Amino acid sequence: MTAHADETPEAATATATTTTMATTRAGRILIVEDESNILEALSFILSRAGWDVRGHGKGESALAEVARLSPDILVLDVMLPGRSGFDILRELRADTATAQLPVLMLTAKGQAKDRELAMALGANAFLTKPFSNTELLEVVAQMSSAPHAPGGAGEEG
Amino acid sequence: MLSFDALVVVCILYVMGLFAVAFLAEKSAQQGGAKWLNSPITYTLSLSIYATAWTFYGAVGSAARSGLEFLTIYLGPTLVFVGWYWVLRKMVRIGRAQRITSIADMISSRYGKSGGLAALVTLLAVLGTTPYIALQLQSVTLSFSVFAQPGAFGSPDSDATAAWIAGGMALFTIIFGTRSLDLNERHPGVVSAIALEAIVKLAAILAVGIFVVWGVADGPGDMLARIEESAIAHEPLNGARWLGLTVLSGAAILCLPRMFQVLVVENSDERHLSVAGWAFPLYLLLISLFVVPIAVTGMSLPGTGDNPDLYVLTVPLSQGQDGLAMLVFLGGFSAATSMVIVAALALSTMVSNHIVVPLWLRVARQENPMTGDMRRVALIARRISIAGVLFLGLMYYRQSGGTAELASIGLISFLGVAQVLPALLGGISWRGATRVGAALGIGAGFVIWGWLLLLPNIAETGGLIYPILSEGPFGIAWLSPQTPLGLQATDPLLTAMVLSLGVNTLLFILGSLFSFPSPLERLQGAQFVNVFEHSQPLMGWRGAVGTADDLLIMAQRVMGTGRAGRLFANAARTQGRDGNLPEPTPDFLEHLEKELAGSVGAATAHAMVAQITGAASVSVGDLLAVADETAQIMEYSSQLETKSEELVQSARRLREVNTKLTELSVQKDAFLTQISHELRTPMTSIRAFSEILMQADPVDAAARTRFSRIIHDESQRLTRLLDDLLDLSVLENGRVTLNMAEVTLGDVMDRALNAAGAETQEGIVIHRDPAAEAVTLWTDADRLAQVFINLISNAQKYCDADKPELTITVFAPGSGPGSGPGSGPGNGPGSGPGSGPGNGPGNGPELLVDFADNGSGIPARQEALIFEKFSRLETAHGAPGAGLGLAISLEVMERLGGELSFLPGPGGARFRVRLPGLVRQAA
Repeated sequence: MTAHADETPEAATATATTTTMATTRAGRILIVEDESNILEALSFILSRAGWDVRGHGKGESALAEVARLSPDILVLDVMLPGRSGFDILRELRADTATAQLPVLMLTAKGQAKDRELAMALGANAFLTKPFSNTELLEVVAQMSSAPHAPGGAGEEG
Repeated sequence: MLSFDALVVVCILYVMGLFAVAFLAEKSAQQGGAKWLNSPITYTLSLSIYATAWTFYGAVGSAARSGLEFLTIYLGPTLVFVGWYWVLRKMVRIGRAQRITSIADMISSRYGKSGGLAALVTLLAVLGTTPYIALQLQSVTLSFSVFAQPGAFGSPDSDATAAWIAGGMALFTIIFGTRSLDLNERHPGVVSAIALEAIVKLAAILAVGIFVVWGVADGPGDMLARIEESAIAHEPLNGARWLGLTVLSGAAILCLPRMFQVLVVENSDERHLSVAGWAFPLYLLLISLFVVPIAVTGMSLPGTGDNPDLYVLTVPLSQGQDGLAMLVFLGGFSAATSMVIVAALALSTMVSNHIVVPLWLRVARQENPMTGDMRRVALIARRISIAGVLFLGLMYYRQSGGTAELASIGLISFLGVAQVLPALLGGISWRGATRVGAALGIGAGFVIWGWLLLLPNIAETGGLIYPILSEGPFGIAWLSPQTPLGLQATDPLLTAMVLSLGVNTLLFILGSLFSFPSPLERLQGAQFVNVFEHSQPLMGWRGAVGTADDLLIMAQRVMGTGRAGRLFANAARTQGRDGNLPEPTPDFLEHLEKELAGSVGAATAHAMVAQITGAASVSVGDLLAVADETAQIMEYSSQLETKSEELVQSARRLREVNTKLTELSVQKDAFLTQISHELRTPMTSIRAFSEILMQADPVDAAARTRFSRIIHDESQRLTRLLDDLLDLSVLENGRVTLNMAEVTLGDVMDRALNAAGAETQEGIVIHRDPAAEAVTLWTDADRLAQVFINLISNAQKYCDADKPELTITVFAPGSGPGSGPGSGPGNGPGSGPGSGPGNGPGNGPELLVDFADNGSGIPARQEALIFEKFSRLETAHGAPGAGLGLAISLEVMERLGGELSFLPGPGGARFRVRLPGLVRQAA
C-alpha cells in the first residue's frame, strides 16, 4: 500500500534535494503520535534532515500544542488516545489561524476510506504505516515547498 | 303415361329447385335472416314432415282396406296440438333453455347427462326410423314404376331408383344439414326446403281431391252418396284399435326424432308454436280431407290397379290427367324426401353426438389428449352418420323387398320411438323420475317391441329365424311373438303396444321410486319440470340491435375496449353493414364465442353469449362447466398465492441472513482493521529504525544500541500478537485440545507468578494464601496458568498505586473471602456448577480465585469493553500487549468449564476466576 517511491530514480533525486533544502530552510515540525517508538524514529529522521522537531503523545492537548508551538508542518496520527486525528484536523481547518497549516496524516489502518476522509477534511498528505524514511522526507519536503496546496502530495493508494 | 326419361328430368329439376331454395335460405340467414324464414307459417309447414309418403299414399290405401282407421294417425297429433299444447311448449322451452340437439339429448340431459341413456335412445331411434326410411324409398320407387314407361334411361329399376334417391338425399342433407355446427343446431336451408315440399304435397293431394269430387263425381253431394254406398262406410269400428292408434300417433309426434328436430330444435321463436297449435291440425285436416273420396273413387274406377296405396297416383292416371299425376308424383316425392332429409339430419346428430364422438373422445384421449378440433371431428362424424343412416334405410328396403304394407311398417316405427314417451313425459312433469327408471323403462319397452314387432317384421320380409319366432325360444311358447304370454294375438301391433308401453311405464315408475337420483339429475329434473319459472321464452333474436350493443359491452369487459371494438367493426364490415355493430348472426356469435373463450374459457363464453342473445338460459351443465373453469382459475391463483407467500418468507429469511452476514462482515472488517493496526504499528518502528541503521549517515553507538533494542522489542511484540491471534482463533473455533490432569492450584499459581516475573521484579507485592491454594484440581494446568499470567501482568501494567499490591484469595462459594463481595453482581453469566469438560473424577464444589489490586480500578465507562478484543485501557498506551489477553482468558475459562468475570465496585480492579471440578482439599 505504500508507494515505493524510494525505489525509483526520481524519488532518489527528490530525497537529495529535500535534504539540502531542509538544511538550508529549517522549519518547525510538530509530530502528534502516541506510539513512543514511532515518535522517536520520526523525530530522529526529521531532525537529521534539519527540521526543528517537537513531539506530542496525546490527542486532547494536540490543538493547544499546535497553538503554542505554531509549527510549519504538522504530522498527525489518526489513532490517538483521547481524540481522533480526524477530529483534530477538522478543528484545525475550521480555525483561520491554522486553516492553511500543512498537515501530514499517518494511519496504521490501511483503508482507502481513511485516506479519502483525510483528503476530504483537508489534509495535505497521507501516509500509511509502515512507510520508508525516504518517502516521509519526500512528502515533508513537498509540503514545505508548496504549503498552500492541500491534497497535492502523498501516496497514491 | 310419361316416359321414364321425362320423370327423371322432372325429378332432377325439382331437386335442383329444392337445392336453390335451401341455398338462398342459408344465405339469407347468414345475413340476418329474412322474414319469411322466421315466420310461424314456415314453422308450421316444416312440421308437416309428419305427413310422409306413408300418409300421402298410405292413407288412401288404409281407407280402402280398413275404413276410417287412417284418421287415428291425424287424430293423435291433432289432440296433442290442441289438448297438450302445454307439453309442446314445455318441450320447446326446455329445448331452447338446455340447448337440446335431439330427442336422445333431451332424455340424456334430463337424467343427469347420461351417455348410456343417450346411446340407448339413439339406437332405438335408428332401429325405429330405418324401416321408415326404407318405406319412403319404397313409395318413391313404386310411384316411379307405376308412372313411367321405359325410356332412354332404361326402364324403372326399383333398386337403382332407390339408390339414386338415397344418394341424392344424403348429398342434400350433408350440404345443408352440416354446413356448420350452428350454435343452436338450426338449419334454415333445410327448413325452407321442407316447407316448400309441404306446400307441394298439400297442393297435390288437394288437387286430386278436387278432381275426384268435381271431376269424377258430380260435386260433394254425389261424392257423399258414393261413399255411403262403398264398403268404407260399412267397415266396423274397432274401439280398442282406434284408441291404441290415436295414442300411438300422438306419442309419435312427440317422440319421432324428425318431429323433435322440427318441433323443438328448429324452432326459433316460441310464439310460432301458438300459430302451429291451430295451423298444423288444419294442415292435417286438409291433407286428410279427400282421403276417403279418393279411396272410394279408386275402388270404383277401373284401371287403378290392385294396390290401394297407389290410388292417389292411379286415379288421375286412369282418367288421363297426366299433369295432375305429375303433381301427385312430385307431392309423393316431396313427402318422401322431406321426411328422409329431416330424419337423416336428426339421426345423424344423435349418432354423432352420442355414439361416434364419445367413442372418438375415448380413443383420442388415450392417444393424444384433446389436440384436434372437436368441431371438425363432430362435422365429419355427422356427415358419415347421414350417409350411414341412409345406407341402412336402403339396405332395409332391399331386404324387405317392398312387399310389406306401407302402413304396418309405419306403425311399427311409431311404436319403437314411442318407447321414449314415458321417460319424456315423466321427465318434464315429475321431478322424482330418475335415470334408473328411464333406462329400465326404455330398455324393457325396446326389447319387447323388438321381439314382438321388429324381428317378426324383418323375418317376414327376409324369411329368417322362423322357428324361434313361431314356437318361442327354447320352445317356450309364451315367449313367442305370435303368442306372447300365451295370448292368441289377434292384433299383434296392439298387443305389442300394450305390453311394451305398459311394462315400460311400470318399470319407469318403479325404477324411479326405488332409486336415488344423482345431484346433477336432481338439478336437471328441477330445471326441466320448472322450466317456465326460470327461463325466458325465445322471442327471435335475429336483427336485434340492442343485443349487439349488449354483446359489445360484454366483449369490451372481457377482452378490452380496443380489441372488442375492432372485432365488432370488422364483423360489421364483413356483413356489409354501416356502423360498428354487426348483426348478431349465428356465424358472428360463433366467432365471438371463440374469441371470448380464449379469455374466459369455452363454457363461460358460451353461457355469456347465450345469456345475452337470450338463445338459452344458462343450464346446470353450463354452470357446472363454468364452476369447473372458475375452480381451475381459483386453484391456479391459490397456487400463485402460496408461491408468493413462500417468496415473501424466503425474502424475509434472506434479509435476516443478509443482515446477520452484514453484521458479521462489519465485525470481521473491524477485527481485520484492528489487526492491521496492531501489526502496522510495530512494523512502522521496525522499518524506520532499521532504515536509519542501514543508511550511510553514521549513528553513534549508544543510539545504535537503543534503536536495535527497539527493533527487537517491537519484533517480539509482533510475535506475541501473532501468537495471541492464533491462540484466540483456535479457542474460538473450539479446536483446542486440553491436557486435563490433576494439578494443585498452588503449583499453577507459582508457575504463573514466576512467568510474569512478579516475584523477581520489583514494583508489585503479591499477597497469597498458600493453605487455601492447596487444593487439587482436574484441569489443564498450562491453560489455567495462562489466565493467571494475564491477570497478574494486567495488574502489573495498570495498577497505578504508589505501592502496587495484588491480593489473590482462594475460597469456596458461600464461605467468602471475609470482606470480599463473594456473591456480588459480577458473578458472570455462567450459573450453577458446571461440570468439567474433561469429565473429571468428581464434581466437587466450585472454587473461586479472586485477583484484586489496590489501584484506582477501571473506569465505569470502560468496564463493558475490557473483555473486547484489542481493547486496552487508555492508561496503558505504550504498554506491550495487543489487548487480546482478557479476551483469550475469557475463552480459556469457558473451555475449562469455568468462568472469568470482572467484579465492579469501588477500590482497585478485581477479577474473579471460577473453577469447577474441585477434587479434594489437600491434607
